[in-house]
Amino acid sequence: MPAWQEARARQIIEAHRTVDGPALVILHALQREFGFISDEAVALVADALNLTRAEVHGIVTFYHDFRREPAGRHVLKLCRAEACQALGGERLAAHGQSRLGITWGGTTADGGVTLEPVFCLGLCASGPAALIDGRPVGRLDAARLDRLLDEVSS
Amino acid sequence: MSARVYLPRDAAALAVGADDVAQALSAAAQRRGVTLEIIRTGSRGLFWLEPMLEVATSEGRVAYGPVEASDAETLLDAILAGGGPHRLRLGPTEAIPFLKRQTRLTFARCGITDPLSLHDYRAAGGYRGLDRALSLGPAAIVETVVESGLRGRGGAGFPTGIKWRTAREAVGQPKYIVCNADEGDSGTYADRMIMEGDPFCLIEGMTIAAIAIGAAKGFIYIRSEYPHAIATMEAALAIARRDGRLGTNVAGSGHAFDIEIRVGAGAYVCGEETALLDSLEGKRGMVRAKPPLPAHRGLFGRPTVVNNVLSLAAVPTILADGADAYRDLGMGRSRGTMPIQLAGNVRYGGLFETAFGVTLGGLVDDIGGGTLSGRPVRAVQVGGPLGAYFPRALFDTPFDYEAFAQRDGLIGHGGVVVFDDTVDMAYQARFAMEFCAIESCGKCTPCRIGSTRGVEVIDRIVRGEKREANLALLEDLCGTLKFGSLCALGGFTPYPVMSALRYFPEDFGARNGAVPA
Ligand SMILES: Cc1cc2nc3c(=O)[nH]c(=O)nc-3n(C[C@H](O)[C@H](O)[C@H](O)COP(=O)(O)O)c2cc1C
Ligand code: SF4
Ligand code: FES
Repeated sequence: MPAWQEARARQIIEAHRTVDGPALVILHALQREFGFISDEAVALVADALNLTRAEVHGIVTFYHDFRREPAGRHVLKLCRAEACQALGGERLAAHGQSRLGITWGGTTADGGVTLEPVFCLGLCASGPAALIDGRPVGRLDAARLDRLLDEVSS
Repeated sequence: MSARVYLPRDAAALAVGADDVAQALSAAAQRRGVTLEIIRTGSRGLFWLEPMLEVATSEGRVAYGPVEASDAETLLDAILAGGGPHRLRLGPTEAIPFLKRQTRLTFARCGITDPLSLHDYRAAGGYRGLDRALSLGPAAIVETVVESGLRGRGGAGFPTGIKWRTAREAVGQPKYIVCNADEGDSGTYADRMIMEGDPFCLIEGMTIAAIAIGAAKGFIYIRSEYPHAIATMEAALAIARRDGRLGTNVAGSGHAFDIEIRVGAGAYVCGEETALLDSLEGKRGMVRAKPPLPAHRGLFGRPTVVNNVLSLAAVPTILADGADAYRDLGMGRSRGTMPIQLAGNVRYGGLFETAFGVTLGGLVDDIGGGTLSGRPVRAVQVGGPLGAYFPRALFDTPFDYEAFAQRDGLIGHGGVVVFDDTVDMAYQARFAMEFCAIESCGKCTPCRIGSTRGVEVIDRIVRGEKREANLALLEDLCGTLKFGSLCALGGFTPYPVMSALRYFPEDFGARNGAVPA
């Protein structure tokens, strides 16, 4: 992820400012570029959309997707919802957490992996399921999850 | 030598290695100097068989699955033999019982055609509905949808035609068509399958809706958890525009209509239609009080139809084949077909589109083949995280809006999640409360605060602390949620909680299984 660049951020905001109801579109675009929504980003968006910083902050924190700090190099989103629970999803999550040494929302000390909960990926007949860096994986078990984590950390 | 095969690019097929299979097959074909055409399709929805490979033969398609990259060489032998023997051969695809027993209207093309080929789409009956709609005109389109009996597939089951009529009669321009593709209910994936496997069907349905109510602009609000659906829909929109099927003069009809995709940001409540509208407007996804109805004052205060993907995707068939053909299927006030999604601990998990009326037991035991683990089925949650948990004793319930409601359940978006006998129902009840606490929009106190209290109370019950008093408190709390909530997130969370308690009291530490009524 590139470091914060105000000029680039302004460009991104400008590119989307005129769509109908632009806030979410802009926030998504900023997070795609910089990996998270910084205080500077909140201030710029507020300025561009004629909102207060508190309002933009309220939007950012309402949505689970938006991060207020950078994620690790890889993001593992593990499904915590019912169909995956029915196939041992919670046990798998416990295994993942203990192997990574973090809980939900945490990032490993080496900055390698961020673990996030997700409530359904639409892979409910192929669970337990996850997204690793946006790539879907299904029929997970502890061994397969370990292999995945080995792959991304190598 | 040359051959043609079909392999899904649906996210659920990718999740179990479909891309690796495609690469391995290409490589094997290249090594042998044969031409292998691999057409990437949506999924047929037989997920226990994914990745499922189909070979084009003179007698139709022959299926193999679940295939792995390491099977590439032997599969290629079978492919080149024109659908020859292989240990993973399933026979002619259409003869697989799970498929053969379905009535596929909405999913008629999904898994068969190349999702991004307009030519395939047309050849397989696509755009017949729009042609018919254009010849009927707006008022008659609306009446056709009313007569079909189609009800909203997003959960609430509101008659689609009535909603359209209201928006059509509403004064004020512009008007909007909003497709709800937030598909937040766990155990559901039919919207995703349509968007990835037959995107033009949704575009056609939205176009018909737009003409019916006089809208020039549509939005599809897709959850961010669906990156593949977003990409396929974007690509399909671009193709439709290029072909003049969207734009200032749709299919030469003089109607202007275009569609924009908006991506959600991981909030379950944004599936609720008014929260979705707020989110589309770039705000926090707060539920609005009704009235005003979105059909009167919706997106940016304008008349708006909000419909689920499946409601809109059912429309082309209804227009093409007539209201009667659709209405003749089903039972009671549930007309037509429902794409039911079997999920969780189920042997044959997948998409089963059928006329309303099939029993829950038939779905789980017969069609689903029981659990994947091979253990007894103990509980089934129908209708997503706000749906009730049903025990075997309720397996005679027919799949029908009213029949489920009568038993304090709901069919919702058609997800059926199966659990075996290792499930801890007190844990499931606790999770329902926890989920409500995490996803609450915060507008109503019972939902925002009461759900967290609910988690604590269930913990105390399970620990055996003042059991009777805490059980009474839990029931009280559920009553407050049910009657003091603006939307179904708070209002229906009592369903999974109370059904778990009612049908599985032994998991809540009841010694003799009895729970106060
Ligand atoms: C908390 C909550 C979440 C919902 N999630 C969805 C959803 O993900 N998709 C959907 O189509 N409808 C969802 N609904 C139902 C919508 O509010 C609305 O009824 C539906 O989009 C209308 O379309 P339909 O008539 O075609 O079903 C949800 C409702 C609530 C209360
Ligand atoms: S019930 Fe919950 S989610 Fe629904 S409006 Fe009230 S606080 Fe928001
Ligand atoms: S419940 Fe896990 S993918 Fe749907």
